[in-house]
Amino acid sequence: MALARRAVNEWATRLAFSVVEKTKFVTAASELGRNVLVHGGGGDMRITHLERGGRTGLELVFEDQGPGIADVAKAMTDGFSTAGSMGLGLGGARRLVNEFELSSTPGGGTRVTVVQWKRR
Amino acid sequence: MEQIPILKLGQFLLVTIQVELHDQLALTLQEDLTQKLAKTHARGVLIDISGLEIVDSFIGRSLAHIAAIARVMDATTVLVGMRPAVAITLVELGMSLKGIRTALNVEKGMALLQSSVRPEEQDEEEDEPAVDPGATSSPS
Repeated sequence: MALARRAVNEWATRLAFSVVEKTKFVTAASELGRNVLVHGGGGDMRITHLERGGRTGLELVFEDQGPGIADVAKAMTDGFSTAGSMGLGLGGARRLVNEFELSSTPGGGTRVTVVQWKRR
Repeated sequence: MEQIPILKLGQFLLVTIQVELHDQLALTLQEDLTQKLAKTHARGVLIDISGLEIVDSFIGRSLAHIAAIARVMDATTVLVGMRPAVAITLVELGMSLKGIRTALNVEKGMALLQSSVRPEEQDEEEDEPAVDPGATSSPS
């Protein structure tokens, strides 16, 4: 997990994201990475540098083959946790990033994609 | 095994976190602090997080646990040096870090700890029973 955080941090630094944007994004990555480990039984994180319409961005895709999320809406609410934690991970991560996409089916794994765009 | 050093400063404990706080290290710190609190009967803990670039919900929770444990052991916890970007992120994450007091730097944090201890000591002095002049009576 430290490796994942460091990788995202390095990329965000290389692309000259602001300190606040970078901190938010790395923190979101930490939350999502932890979900993959704790709930997904391990998985992958893929980083992609985006250049779209003159904007620079970083995309992270977290993917696991775990049990999936039964109730996505519920999982996104603050305070809901299936791991006895504070339950801020998913909702929190979504608030910290510019774009957030989640797809999950019970028994079919989970994929979360987040994008942070560099402010012009 | 890496450990975060805990220093004793008078009746307080000082912890300076300068490395990335991964999960196991956070748990180790919790245990170490609890043991040191028990051993020294420290009245307060000052945690300097100026070196932390990232505080996610796990670390936030660990800090909240430390504060709760300290409170049970009659010690106040003060967090100092939180980076602005970290503060912004924590608020947006939804972490309130209730029960933990914060201060800008170590000096202010120590002042806060001192003031949190002093009123209680004053109370103790008032509670001490004054000598009752009527208690000593000469045997008749």
